[in-house]
Amino acid sequence: MLEGLEALFPNGVVPYALGGLLVGLGTAVIYLGTGIIAGASTFLESTLSYVSSVPRFERFAYSRDWRVTFTLGIVSGGALYAVLSGGFLTGEFVTDVQWWRLLFGGTLVGVGTRVGKGCTSGHGVCGVGSRSTTSLVGVATFIAVAIGTAQFVQALGVTP
Amino acid sequence: MSRLSVETDGSNPLFTPLVYVGGVIFGFGLALSGMTRPEVVLNFLQFEDLGLLFVMGGAAVVTGVTFYVASRFDSSAPLTGRAYGRRIRELDRNVVLGGAVFGAGWGIAGICPGAAYASLGTGNFPILWALAGMFAGAYVQGYWRSTRTNDEAAPATAD
Repeated sequence: MLEGLEALFPNGVVPYALGGLLVGLGTAVIYLGTGIIAGASTFLESTLSYVSSVPRFERFAYSRDWRVTFTLGIVSGGALYAVLSGGFLTGEFVTDVQWWRLLFGGTLVGVGTRVGKGCTSGHGVCGVGSRSTTSLVGVATFIAVAIGTAQFVQALGVTP
Repeated sequence: MSRLSVETDGSNPLFTPLVYVGGVIFGFGLALSGMTRPEVVLNFLQFEDLGLLFVMGGAAVVTGVTFYVASRFDSSAPLTGRAYGRRIRELDRNVVLGGAVFGAGWGIAGICPGAAYASLGTGNFPILWALAGMFAGAYVQGYWRSTRTNDEAAPATAD
């Protein structure tokens, strides 16, 4: 039993759980201060409203300024972690996943999170925390498809 | 979410600093958890390390308790006057369709939006490919949906 768990969690669970608690805490800080439930992916559309007059993006224009602030905070938080862990600009965090996977996969992420009304943070953290049926359906869908897709790509022999 | 006071969001001098600090904590947590590293996400999706279950789970527990407790009190947020609500969206086929497209992209690239922002902060510059794709994808769906429903008064939502 214990060996089975070690195979499923070869790096333990502590950094994962701590990281998750902090993700929740960041969301909670903004919520308690402002009443805003902040997800990450609306930033993509709200920021496009600065440079595009497409009506769809205008819907998010009212929130685009604080979403830029939120995203700059997220970037800063990642940088702070890298500096404190000693890995900043050492190449430690530079991915080996091929550029075409990032670009093509990223494009599908951009389409899917916006059509599907949320991403890992909007549905996965905020929506699940709200006990929203919609978000539970969204999370179940994207995790199931992601598992199938990643394993299919792996089976095709693409690494990494 | 209440939209009664969206016009006055940001008028409190502490609004922007608080959103920034919340973002820093959020991004630090994403980097600590490994969500910012596509290799870690792909290892999870390939069942080689299931630790990421504790990231979304841990985060949802914190938001769940926070939303539940705050919305029990008949008070409003100090910096905006907004009511404390929950994140509720209408369930329609877009949730499943969009979720499936997002899942395919997450399975190919190993990165999601918030984690991509934090990943850029850690110095993972190749993630700019994914960010470029995300903006392109968001633009394409927005353009396409605007041309199909431009006479429909769509309600503003945010997540």
